Amino acid sequence: MPGLQGRQLLDAYRAMVRIRLFEERVRDRVNANDIPGVCHEYIGQEAVAVGVCTALRESDVITSTHRGHGHVIAKGGATNRMMAELYGRVDGYNRGKGGSMHIADVSLGIYGANGIVGAGLPIAAGAAWTSKRKGTGVVAVPFFGDGASNQGVVHETMNMAAIFKLPMVFVCENNLYAISASFREMSSVEHVHTRAAAYGMHGEAVDGMDVEAVHEAASRLVERARRGDGPSLLECKTYRLVGHFTAEQALGLSYRPKEEVAEWTKRDPLLVGEASLLRQGVASAEDLEQVRAEVAAEIDAATEFAQASAWPPFDEALAHMYADATAARPMRGW
Amino acid sequence: MRQLRYAQAINEGLRQLMADDPDIFVVGEDIRHSLRGLTRGLAAEFGHDRVVDMPISEAAFTGLATGAAMSGMRPVVEYQIGALGFVAFDQLVDQAMKLPYMTGGQCTVPVTYIFPASGFRSGLAGQHSDQLYPYLMHAGMKVVIPSNAGDAKGLLVAAIRSDDPVAYFAPAALLAARGPVPEDLVEVPLGKGAVVREGSSVTVIAVGHLVAETLRVAADLEAEGISLHVYDPRTLLPLDLEGLEAAVRKTGRVVVFDDSNLICGFAGEVAALIAEHWFDALKGPVKRIGRATVPVPFSPFLDKAIVPTGETLKQVVLSMAHSASLGAVA
Repeated sequence: MPGLQGRQLLDAYRAMVRIRLFEERVRDRVNANDIPGVCHEYIGQEAVAVGVCTALRESDVITSTHRGHGHVIAKGGATNRMMAELYGRVDGYNRGKGGSMHIADVSLGIYGANGIVGAGLPIAAGAAWTSKRKGTGVVAVPFFGDGASNQGVVHETMNMAAIFKLPMVFVCENNLYAISASFREMSSVEHVHTRAAAYGMHGEAVDGMDVEAVHEAASRLVERARRGDGPSLLECKTYRLVGHFTAEQALGLSYRPKEEVAEWTKRDPLLVGEASLLRQGVASAEDLEQVRAEVAAEIDAATEFAQASAWPPFDEALAHMYADATAARPMRGW
Repeated sequence: MRQLRYAQAINEGLRQLMADDPDIFVVGEDIRHSLRGLTRGLAAEFGHDRVVDMPISEAAFTGLATGAAMSGMRPVVEYQIGALGFVAFDQLVDQAMKLPYMTGGQCTVPVTYIFPASGFRSGLAGQHSDQLYPYLMHAGMKVVIPSNAGDAKGLLVAAIRSDDPVAYFAPAALLAARGPVPEDLVEVPLGKGAVVREGSSVTVIAVGHLVAETLRVAADLEAEGISLHVYDPRTLLPLDLEGLEAAVRKTGRVVVFDDSNLICGFAGEVAALIAEHWFDALKGPVKRIGRATVPVPFSPFLDKAIVPTGETLKQVVLSMAHSASLGAVA
C-alpha cells in the first residue's frame, strides 16, 4: 500500500494546519465569549483525522465525537460553514441548531459529531449495513476515544459488525484521558486494539502522531473492508496537547504530569509532518510557511464569514423537528 | 370484509410493504422464528438479510437502524418486550429523534419501532409490563397505538411510509383480537382519531386495548341509561386536535382512559389540553384514569389494584353520573 506521496503529503500537512489554526481561533473566540458554549479542541490529534480521512472516498461515511472539528475538516468540511455553526448562525452547517458537538455535513458522509460518548458507532454500522445491502462499496468509519472504549454500545456494535462482516474501520483515538480519568486506571487492558480479539476482529495500533503511519494503516484496513473482508479496529496512540475543553485552562485542573505533556509535545503531529516533508524534499521551509499563511487567511475569512452571518430566523427553532408538515409542539398552548 | 387477528394484520401489512419496497428490512430478537407472530413467514419469503435476528444488543441495533435510515434504507425495529426500549433509550431519544433537527434538516430517520405485546400481561411482573409511549412523546416522537386489527394494518402502512421515526405500540391484550382488515395497503393517516361509538352522556377518550374495554362498559351502562361517546385518538402524537375537540364538545363530560402511568402520562396531557382550550365546553372536571405509579406487581391478585380495566372506568363514570344525575339527563 503506497503511503502519502509528494503533493498528497503536503495536502495532508495543509489539512492538519487547517485543523490546528481553526481550533486555536475557536478557543480564542470561545474564551472571548464570542462563540457560545464550550468546544473540545482537537489540537494534538490532527494526524489521526487527516491520516484516516485521506484513506477515504467522499462517499465513505464517518461518525465523529464531541471532539469533532478535526474529523469534519479532514473529511472535507468547509471551515466557514463550520465556524458559522459554532457561532450559532444561519449559514452554519446545521443552521445554528447543532453547534460544536453536532456539526455535520451529511452530503460529505459526515453523520455528525456526537455529544454522547460512543453513540456514533452503531449509527456508522447502519451506514455500513446500507453499503453492504446495496453494494455501494461505502466504508463506514466511526471515530471514538479511549473513554468510549468502555461504553457498552461500543462493544455491542463491534460484535454486530463482526458477525455481519460490515465494511467498517473502528478508529479509536487513544489520547490517554477521558477528561481527567486516565486510560491506565479505567481500562482492564493496556491497549484498546487488543479488545478486537474478543470479537474475532483484526486490531492493530499505530503512531497517532504520524500522519503517514496513520494513513498507511487506515488505507490497508479501509481497503480490506471495501473488499468485503469485514471490520477492523485501528487504535491510534495520540495525545491532546491542550485540555479537555476550552474552559479547562481557567479551571486549573492538573491531572496530567507536566513531563508527560512535554514529552508528547515533542511529537506534535505538525512537527512530525514538517520534518518528514523537509527530509523528503517535498517542500521547503518557505513552502511550509506559505501553507501556514494561506490557511491563516482562510481561518480569518471563515471567522469573518461567521461573524457576518445572520442569526437564524426565530421560527427556525421549531423547524426540522419532523420531515412532514407536522408542527413541533410549542412552548405554550397547542 | 374478511376478518384477521391483530397480529396477522401487522404480518400482512409488513409482507405487502416489504414486497413493495426493497429498502424495508426488519431487525429484532427472535424475529426469524417470530416469537411474537408479527414476522411469521417473512424470513422464508424475504431472506435473512431483510428479516434479521440481532444479538441481544438493543442499543446497537436501534442505532444501526438510524444509520441505515440516514443512508437510504427504511428499517423496522421490533422490541420483543416493550421495556427493551429503555435499554435503547439514548439511541431512540437522543440520536434517532434528534439528528434530523440537530443537523438543520440535513437528514431524515425513517424508522418504525414496533413494541408488540406492550403493556400488561398477567404474571409478567415489573420489568415486562410498562407502556413506554409517554417517555417517547416527551421527546417528541410520533406515537401510534392501534386499537383494532384494521387500524393495526393501516397505521403500520402510515408509520413505515413516514420519513420520521415512529413508535408503534401493539398492546398485548389485542394481538389475538379479530376484526375486519382491508386486503390492500390502505393507509390510516397519522394524526387522525376516530369516533368509535356515538353517545350523549360522557365522552371517553380511550387508548389502545382500552377502546375495546370501553365498548364493553358502554354496553353495560346503556342499560342504566348512560350513553358513552367513545373516541380513539389512534395517534397520540401528533394528536388530532379537531377530532379531540369535537369529542369533548359532544358531551362536555370527559374521562381519559389510558394504560400508561398516570403521572406525566398521556391522560394528563389530554386533560391539560382540554382545560386550556375547551374549558367552556366542560360541564365538570376532566377525569383521568391511568396506571398507579408502581412497578406492576407479580401477583394476579395485586395487579388489579394498579392496572386500569373496564371496571375502573365503570366506577368513574358511575360516580360522575351520580353527581350529575346523568342517567336522568341521558
